[in-house]
Amino acid sequence: MTPRSRLHVPAPPARPGQEPDFSYVQISPAGAVNRPDVTASVRDIENLALEMVRVLDEEHRAVGPWDPRLEASELQVGLRHMLLTRLFDDRMQKIQRQGRISFYIKSTGEEAVAVAQGMALQPGDMLFPSYRQQGLHVVRGRNLVELMCQCLSNTHDMCKGRQMPIMYHWGSGNIFTISGNLATQFPQAVGWAMAAAIKGEDRIAASWLGEGSSAEADFHYAMTFAAVYQAPVILNLVNNQWAISTFQGFAGGEHKTFAQRGPGYGMPGIRVDGNDFLAVYAVTQWAAQRARQSGGPTLIEHVTYRAAAHSTSDDPARYRPKEEWRAWPLGDPVTRLKQHLIALGEWSEERHGRLEKELEAHVTACWKEAESYGTLTGGPSLDPLTMFEDVFKEMPPNLVRQREELRALRSAAAAERRQSAPSVAKKG
Amino acid sequence: MARMNMVQALNSAMDVMLERDPRVVILGEDVGFFGGVFRVTDGLQRKYGEHRVLDTPIAEGGIIAAAIGMGVNGLKPVAEIQFADYIYPGFDQVVSELARLRYRSAGEFFAPVTIRTPCGGGIRGGQTHSQSPESVFTHVCGIKVVMPSNPYDAKGLLISSIEDEDPVVFFEPKRIYNGPFDGDPHKPAVPWSAHPRGEVPEGHYRVPIGRAALVREGKEVSVLTYGTMVHVAEAAVRLAGVDAEIVDVRSMAPLDVDTLCTSVCKTGRCVVVHEATRFSGYGAELVATVQEQCFWNLEAPVQRVTGWDTPYPHAFEWEYFPGPARIAAALKQVMEAA
Repeated sequence: MTPRSRLHVPAPPARPGQEPDFSYVQISPAGAVNRPDVTASVRDIENLALEMVRVLDEEHRAVGPWDPRLEASELQVGLRHMLLTRLFDDRMQKIQRQGRISFYIKSTGEEAVAVAQGMALQPGDMLFPSYRQQGLHVVRGRNLVELMCQCLSNTHDMCKGRQMPIMYHWGSGNIFTISGNLATQFPQAVGWAMAAAIKGEDRIAASWLGEGSSAEADFHYAMTFAAVYQAPVILNLVNNQWAISTFQGFAGGEHKTFAQRGPGYGMPGIRVDGNDFLAVYAVTQWAAQRARQSGGPTLIEHVTYRAAAHSTSDDPARYRPKEEWRAWPLGDPVTRLKQHLIALGEWSEERHGRLEKELEAHVTACWKEAESYGTLTGGPSLDPLTMFEDVFKEMPPNLVRQREELRALRSAAAAERRQSAPSVAKKG
Repeated sequence: MARMNMVQALNSAMDVMLERDPRVVILGEDVGFFGGVFRVTDGLQRKYGEHRVLDTPIAEGGIIAAAIGMGVNGLKPVAEIQFADYIYPGFDQVVSELARLRYRSAGEFFAPVTIRTPCGGGIRGGQTHSQSPESVFTHVCGIKVVMPSNPYDAKGLLISSIEDEDPVVFFEPKRIYNGPFDGDPHKPAVPWSAHPRGEVPEGHYRVPIGRAALVREGKEVSVLTYGTMVHVAEAAVRLAGVDAEIVDVRSMAPLDVDTLCTSVCKTGRCVVVHEATRFSGYGAELVATVQEQCFWNLEAPVQRVTGWDTPYPHAFEWEYFPGPARIAAALKQVMEAA
C-alpha cells in the first residue's frame, strides 16, 4: 500500500448527549510535586510543566511543599473575593438576560485564578488581563458600581460609552485596559516589564490569556521577548478547556501540556491546579519572587474549567454535554477553599450563608446606585459629542469639524422635535 | 549648522532626544550593535548603552507590542521596522492597540510610540522592499502619519514625533536617504550637501506635525506630493515648463488642508503625485479634499500620477515608478483643459 498523509482534526472527548470524559486531564496527587528554589535553572525544573502543582487534598487539608501557609484571615479574604466575584457575575448575567445590558462574560469556576493571583502580587505590579479576570478588580478593591456603570455605558462609564461591557480598565489600580482583540495584551505586558527593568524598578507585570488564544502570534512574541530579555513578567495561560465551541485540542493541547511551552522558550513552565486557591497563590508567589530578583519570566498554565458559557452570546449546550461541569475532576474553587477553611475550624456553613447574603445585598445596592447614573434605555446619558475626544490628546481640525457637524445635526433635530411636539406647555 | 544627509539627520534627531530625555529608547532589528541596515541608528548603542538602544528578535508584532508596553510604562519608544514592507505582522498591534489605547480607556492609558520605517522603491527592492503603505495607516484613526522629503524636515519631524504624546508612524523615503533624486536613475547621484535642506542644525529643533511646506511657488498649477516625489515633481515641472506651485504634504495625518487648498484655489489646477499604487491611495483623499474645498476655483479635472496598481516589480521598477515624464504629461494635460 502507498503511504498517505492523513489530516488529524481534533475532536473533544464528548459532545452534547454524550458522557463527559476528562480522562485526558493528567492530575498529580496533592503535595506530590517538588517546590524548587526560585533561582533554579529552567533545565532542572522541566517536570513542573508536566505534573500538576496541587495543595488541597481530598480531605480539604493543605499539604506538601507548595502550601503557602497563609493565615486563616487571608484565606477568608480570598473566599470573600471569590464569592463576591461569583455573585457579581451571576447578577450581571441575569441583568443581561433582562435586556438591561448588551453583553456579559462570567468567570464562574475560574475565580481562583484572578483572586489568588491578585492577592499574591503587590499592588504596584501591573496587570494585563484578558476578559475573564474580573476577580483582579475585586481583589484590588474596585467599587463594583464602577464596573456596573461600564457595563451600562452610562454617565459614570469609565470608558465613556466606547467599549462593550466588561472591557474595564483602572489606571490608579494598575489594571490595564481590556482590548477585545485576543492575546494582544501578552506581549504588551512584556514590554511594560522590560521598561520596569530598564528603569530599575522592582515592579513586575502579569498577563493572562486563554489556551485558545495562545495560538495567536502575540503569544509567541510575548514568550520570545520575555525569554530573550529575561523580563520580569508572569505569563498566565488559563486553560479552561473551551474556546467558545472548540476544545483545548485546537490550540495544540493534545500533544503537550501548555506549560511545556515555557521550557521550550527558555523559561519555567508551571502547570497548576487552577481551582486550588492555595496552589495558584503559591506558584504565583514563586514566579513573582523569581521575576523580582532578575530570574526572568515564568509561564503558568492554570488547569481549570469554564463552567459558564463563553459569553452571553453562546449556548454551550450546543457544543458540549450540558452537565459536563459536574464531571470536572478539579471541582469548584469556591467550594474547595470553603471546605478547607471549615476543616481548619475557621469557617462554617452558617457563616458562609451569612456572607453570601451580605454580598448579595452589597451587589444589589451597587446595582441600584449604578442604575441611578443612567441605563441603556433611560435616565441621564452621555453626550454623544464626547465620541470625538481622546482619539488624540489634542483634537485635530478634521475631528473638530466633524464634532461641529454632529452638534449642528443634533440641534436641528432637537429644534424639529420641539416644533412638532404638542404645544401644551405654551398655553400655561 | 552642519551638512547632513537624511540618514545623518535622522540619527542626529535620535541622538538629541536620547541625550535630552531619559525616557527615550530605541528598539528594532539590527538597530543596536550594527546601527541599522541603513545606518540610521549608527553609534547610538555605543553612546547610550544597550538598555536604551535595543536589538530585538525578528518579530515586528513583538517590537510594536513591546514598544506599546514600554510607552504605557512611561518610556518614549522609537521602534524601527526595517522595511515598511515588513510592518504587516505588527499591523494589529498598530491598528487595534496603539491607535486606540487612549480612546478605549477614555484617556487613562496611552503609548507615545514612534514607528520609523523606510518606504518606497527605486532601490531594486522588488515587491517586498519597495512599498509605500502610507494610506493603509492614514485610514486608521488615532495615529499620526508623516513622511519627510529632506534632511532638515527629517530631523525636525522626527523630534516632533518622539515628543508627541500620540503615536506616529514615520515613513522614511529610502531612495532619498543619501541625496535628492529627480526620478532619472541614469543620472549620477546628487548628494544632499548641494541642497539647501541638507543644511541641518546640530541641536534640538522641531518641524511641526500637521503642517505642509511650500517647496516652489507658482501661479499655474498646484502639485500636491510628498517624500521622494517632491524632487521628482520638481524635475517634472522643469520638463513641462509650467509655473507650478509644489506643496510638500509632509504630514499626511493630520493634514494641513489650508495650505493645500489655498494653493489650489489660487492656481485653479491640481496634480496629485505619489509613488504608492493609485486605487484607494492617499491621493484619493487629497483629490476628494480639493474637490470639496476648491471646486468653484478649479479650471480642470484634478489629475493623479501614481504607481500602477500592481505590486512593485523588481525588473521593471522604472516602468512602474511615476517618473518626471508621466508627471509632466499630467501637468500639460491639466494646463490644456479648458
